Amino acid sequence: MKLDLDISTIDRCRECAGSIADQIMEHVRGVTTTTCERTVLRLLGVDGVDHAGVPLPNVVVDTAHKAGLLADGIATYIAQAVASTGLRPQQVAEKVACRQMDLAGFGPAAGDCDRSAVSDAVTASLSRIRENVAKRRDYLSQLDPGTEPLIYVIVATGNIYEDVEQAQSAAKAGADIIAVIRSTAQSLLDYVPYGATTEGYGGTYATQENFRIMRRGLDSVSVETGRYVRLVNYCSGLCMPEIAAMGALERLDMMLNDSMYGILFRDINMKRTFADQYFSRMINAYAGIIINTGEDNYLTTADAYDEAHTVLASQFINEALAHRSGLPDSQIGLGHAFETNPEMKDGFLYEVAQAQMARDIFPNAPLKYMPPTKYMTGDIFRGYLLNGMFNLAGIMTGQSIQLLGMLTEAIHTPHVHDRYLAIKNAKYVFSNARHLGEDIIFRPGGIIQRRAEQVLGDTARMLEHVRERGLMESMGEGLFAGIARTPDGGRGLDGVVARSDGYWNPFEEAMSKELGLVASVNPSRR
Amino acid sequence: MPQVDLKNIRPYGDSLDDGRVQLGFSLPIRYGPEAKEAARQLVIKMGFESVDVVSAHDLGGHFTYFVVYGKCTHSVDVTSLRAPRVQVEQMDFFKINDLVRDKLGRKITVVAACTGSDAHTVGIDAIINMKGYAGEYGLERYPWFRAHNLGAQVPNETLVAKAIDADADAILVSQVVTQKNVHIANMTRLVDLLEAEGIRDDVILIAGGPRITHELALELGYDAGFGPGTLPSHVAAYIAQEMIRKEHRTSPELGEER
Repeated sequence: MKLDLDISTIDRCRECAGSIADQIMEHVRGVTTTTCERTVLRLLGVDGVDHAGVPLPNVVVDTAHKAGLLADGIATYIAQAVASTGLRPQQVAEKVACRQMDLAGFGPAAGDCDRSAVSDAVTASLSRIRENVAKRRDYLSQLDPGTEPLIYVIVATGNIYEDVEQAQSAAKAGADIIAVIRSTAQSLLDYVPYGATTEGYGGTYATQENFRIMRRGLDSVSVETGRYVRLVNYCSGLCMPEIAAMGALERLDMMLNDSMYGILFRDINMKRTFADQYFSRMINAYAGIIINTGEDNYLTTADAYDEAHTVLASQFINEALAHRSGLPDSQIGLGHAFETNPEMKDGFLYEVAQAQMARDIFPNAPLKYMPPTKYMTGDIFRGYLLNGMFNLAGIMTGQSIQLLGMLTEAIHTPHVHDRYLAIKNAKYVFSNARHLGEDIIFRPGGIIQRRAEQVLGDTARMLEHVRERGLMESMGEGLFAGIARTPDGGRGLDGVVARSDGYWNPFEEAMSKELGLVASVNPSRR
Repeated sequence: MPQVDLKNIRPYGDSLDDGRVQLGFSLPIRYGPEAKEAARQLVIKMGFESVDVVSAHDLGGHFTYFVVYGKCTHSVDVTSLRAPRVQVEQMDFFKINDLVRDKLGRKITVVAACTGSDAHTVGIDAIINMKGYAGEYGLERYPWFRAHNLGAQVPNETLVAKAIDADADAILVSQVVTQKNVHIANMTRLVDLLEAEGIRDDVILIAGGPRITHELALELGYDAGFGPGTLPSHVAAYIAQEMIRKEHRTSPELGEER
């Protein structure tokens, strides 16, 4: 540890975060949600839309929800329907959509549930995901896997084909990771749009077909440049596990997946989000996908200096919940951001303190460092320098994933050369200061060391308070990002259903087993 | 320094009227001598003289990025142009609250939101939230204001309903993400809704955001527009002064209606 932080305080934080996560898990284990059940359908091979353009997983789950069937898990009914009719799950879904079949007739009440009827479909999906993990491993061993901090840039044209062009251009300029920003309101859609899309606002819809198109584009540029280019998309919103499943099936490499982001920033109900993030992250874990958490967002509404401890507290909570979904440390990309007011004297030192502290406390996490956005003014030249300072902090403190700032932040979604200039900036700083971090030591009792100690102390006090009050109640106090949310407020609560004793989710069952998660209070920690 | 001719203002590089301008742009063509020549000719067509392509970079694939300098041949007459701005006397937190207390004698109710699909609340939060921005308190902290921040992605209908419900004196709309001008349609729709409800003239309607100008706001039927760099006190002072102006305007003896 470079900052000589107090180990017992760190342990105390982890212990608190662990109890906080366990409290959440008690809720999570008792419920399922509409999107979790739609995910089961998707993984059973149900895809496509009905005559009105509504995704079949929605049609089937909505029907089942109205009939009060979700408590048993949609798989219970699909398995029985498959066993009785000999149809495939997709055909069952189609028949339900045309009202030619009523799932209620196939429930546990109708007799013994024949779960084995869908075991081929379950195996097929899981194998496809495992094959993707193997394919990624092959790529990473045969091609250059990139050097940390990996360079992460965003494309957001709204048109997936245009996105591929821009992504390939960025990859050739040196980008290691491409994220396709979603159309602005997608997180609030309670369904996943279908097919290739060429129109979006502020971004491009996350659809399975768009994932496939971009993956193909990046694979081709990976081979061309000899460097594996990773693909990112966003789980957050009302469809966390469904998008995780799509990402697993189409070999995404990273996915934004924060345990609290949707609650705080999209006003999605917390009971819904906690349940959704659990299954969603389990799928990410199984697919070898690195999650990115969203602590950077706190600092867009709260002050980076005053509220630094909320970032660290959230990192501890995100870590604890991620472990409970089976994610190993190497797949937990905890987030933070370079958002201190540039007018602040010694602001850079506080940024270094925060970044180094995260590195010291989470040594095996692929930390994701986010660029300045709040104090970007439209003065592109000043913005370019801020981004240079951000890159310097990144290389100095051993960050793993550097989301590059754009000089035109606060003006428009990046132009093709904005991305190029950002990559040049990062490559210059990363190369020019490559071993700076190894060569410097922080003066004991100096500004940086004392600042980190203070933030850690504040974090421990905050986590103790949250443990005492419970996370859901604490969120009502506006402890995170200055935003208050209540357990029954927000969108999506109507999609939360208590599990019956006979509840069955074959994927949760299989993945938990393979990830070494037993449904007990002790999560595996690797 | 030589006399500046306000009727013929040109860009200033390092001497008066040199007209030097820097441009940065990309063309969807492969890097090479032809690409540079294409950029040069394009900038000449834009009306520049003495064009120098000082830097050209291969962006990979088939894009080339250029930095170009040129001499602008046009000028503007500053003495005859108009730049609409919000008419407001700058005041601080204390003066504004005193003004409302003394001249209005009641709290001003403000309802604010990021409307449509826009999820970026940075701007509205800076103006409204207690914490404020750049060392200034937000409107929530003003004792003579009652501020409601509805947050992100608020449908126009919800905003109007809340404004009626809260008997709002002012409505603040923030639009940050403005790809493909989605904000224009969204902002216009709000005016239509307010008119349909018959309350357009009862409220001060304000737009804010990095790409909002006062001129654009007026054009769309708003009372004022605030662009980047706006502080909470700018907005508060405007609302307070406008409220007082309105009281006078609508008072019977003046008989003036907007």
